[in-house]
Formats: sequence, structure tokens, C-alpha cells
Amino acid sequence: MSSDPLWSIFVNACLINNFVLAYFLGICPFLGVSGKLATATRMGGAVSFVMLVSSVCAFGIQQLLLAIDAPYLRLISFIAVIASTVQLVEMFIKKVSPALFRTLGIFLPLITTNCAILGLALFQTNKGYDFVQCVVYALGAGSGFTLALVLMAGLREKLELAAVPDVVRGTALSLVLAGILSVAFMGFAGLGG
Amino acid sequence: MERSLLESQTTGTDEFIKGLWRENPVFVQVLGMCPALAVSNSARNALAMGLATMFVLVMSNAVISALRRMIPKQVRIATYILVIATFVTVVDYVIQAISLDLHKALGAFIALIVVNCLILGRAEAFASKNSVGRSILDGFGMGGGFSFALLCLGAVREILGNGTLFGFQLFHDAFQSWVVMILPSGGFFTLAAWLLVFNAVKQRRDRPQSTVEGVAP
Repeated sequence: MSSDPLWSIFVNACLINNFVLAYFLGICPFLGVSGKLATATRMGGAVSFVMLVSSVCAFGIQQLLLAIDAPYLRLISFIAVIASTVQLVEMFIKKVSPALFRTLGIFLPLITTNCAILGLALFQTNKGYDFVQCVVYALGAGSGFTLALVLMAGLREKLELAAVPDVVRGTALSLVLAGILSVAFMGFAGLGG
Repeated sequence: MERSLLESQTTGTDEFIKGLWRENPVFVQVLGMCPALAVSNSARNALAMGLATMFVLVMSNAVISALRRMIPKQVRIATYILVIATFVTVVDYVIQAISLDLHKALGAFIALIVVNCLILGRAEAFASKNSVGRSILDGFGMGGGFSFALLCLGAVREILGNGTLFGFQLFHDAFQSWVVMILPSGGFFTLAAWLLVFNAVKQRRDRPQSTVEGVAP
């Protein structure tokens, strides 16, 4: 069991070891959805929610697998649970708010293959967090992901208007931006102790 | 009969070659970026990751292609993911048995091969429509291209950030290493630089053919 204080877990997941900029998890939606600020915010919200749900589920599964002594099933059961959670969230949003469902479109099912979510489930297991710590860790990771996505979208909206050589345009430019953001986030090192 | 065999052979080689260069997963299709950036801080890690991914890609391509007529269309994605997860678990335990150091260095990223979009992408776009042999060739080609790209990234980052390549020292002691290349941001910068190189080459090759200027890609 880990004995980190809760605020330190949160700051650690959100800023110091930001999932996108320090662990390189969830790069695909980070590059794909960060074109517009509004979409980026909604995507961040959806991912944070799935993170929270799958983190709680992963905690339960880990306890179950420990009880029946079958650690080799961990990966398979985690991914199965995440896939079904995403399916559930998709159906739920479709029922409750068709407008939001249409805005998110293809990105909703793609959350399944977002490595940040499986990464979160694996990291929390490796670190041996208890239930409350898992929830805080998931919240921190979710807000960190949203923060990175929103910052990136803001920068890219500005860059739309800039005159950039054709060769640099596209993914290369986004990657340089992400690199600079990542350097900036290194400034948070040592914050959580 | 003989002619069709010959034809399928030539296209087979083509399936293999296209993954290495023309449709390189990282540099051209920009797939599977997370592991490509995360574990490419040294050439050794990058190569290990590339080979592990290649193994999973080849095996899952083979199995999915063999089962392609039995998998119902509605649950195909879930089936693919389960097949992939099985092979990733195998790789995870194999690497742990071969070298514990390597397993520690790669960390959770071995398990994260499951969500590598490259593997699921090939399963959906290629293995579910083609024969077993061609799917295996495609797996080798794409896996080889992925390993090659990872090696490019890892070598640059290790040479500049550490002054070494596969652990051998390349420069004199006075070499001042670029610490930023080993850090996460170095991964972004290196990949951006390689993409620039690829873009520049592609643009130079396309220029004589296209007469239209200033078309956005």
C-alpha cells in the first residue's frame, strides 16, 4: 500500500507527471482533437469521466484477480472493462443528450483505444493505491489531460492565423508545440514533494 | 495457375515493402505515437519495443485473418482487442523472463501495446480482409517499419542526449550531452524533426509532377 497524501497524488498526476506531456499517453486524441477549443474541452470531460469509472472498475477487478490468484488475466479484463465502459457511456450520452453525442461523434468510441485510460488503470495497480487514492489519481489524471488538451487547442487556434512554411504545417508543427508545452510543464517538478 | 502464383508473390513482397517505407506507420501514417515517443530514449529500448510490437502484430494479424469468417461483424472490435491482449500478455511474460532490466525500463508500455492504434488498425484494415499469408507479411512489414522508425528516434535521442549508441560511447569525454533529448520534450522535438525530413523529401519528389501551386495538404 502506498502512503502518499491525497493532494500530492493529485498534483503529481495533474501537473508534474502529466499523462500527455510527461508519460506520452493519449497522444492520438491530443493531436487529433486539439484543433478547436470547444471540442477539446468536451473531449477532456468525456475522457475524465471514463477515466474515473474505469479506475474504480479496475480497482475492483484487481482485488478480484488477487482473490482468485490469476494475475495473468489482468490486462485482458482491464481492456474488456474499459471497452464496455466506453460503450455504456456512449449509450448513456446518446439517450440523455443527443446534441452532445453528435458533437463528439467518432471520438467517443475511440476513447477505448486511448492509452491514457489503460495506462491509468495499470499505474494505479503498480503503485498499490487504495480506493480513495485511486479516485483522486483518476481525477488528477483526467484534469491533467483536459488541461493539456485545452492549452494545446488554444495555441493551435492562434497558429491558424500565423504564416508558416508548408513543410512545417500539420503534425510536425503540433509536435514542436507539444515539446515546448512539455518543457513548460517540467517547471512543475518538485512541486508535490 | 502458375501466373496467379507469381502475381500473388509479387504483391506479397509489395505488402512487406510498403510498411517499411511508403506507408511507414510512424512517419507517414502517424500511428502508434505513444510508445514511439515514450520508450525511444535509448536505441536499445526502442529496438526492444519495436520487436515486441512486431511480434504482437504478426501473431494477431495471423489469428484474426484465420478467424475472419467466424467473427461476427458486430463484436469484431472486441474480439480483435481480446486477441491482441492475449499476445501482449505473452510478450509481457517473455520479456520479463529474458531480461528483468529491460522489463523495468519499458515499464507499463509493454502492456500498453494493447492500445497501440497501429495493431488494431492493421487488424481492421488488412487482416480482416486478406489471407493468412498476406496478413503475416503485412504484419512483418508494418512491424519492421515501426521498429525502424523507433530505432531512428531512439538512436538520435541517445546519441545527442547521452553521447552513446547501444551503450557504446561515441564521443570524447568533453562532449556536452543535450539533456533535453532524454527528457519527454526531446521525444516530441525529435519526432517533429524526422517528420520535417520526411515532408521535405516528399515535397521535393512531388514538385515536378504537380503544376498547381499552394494547395494545402
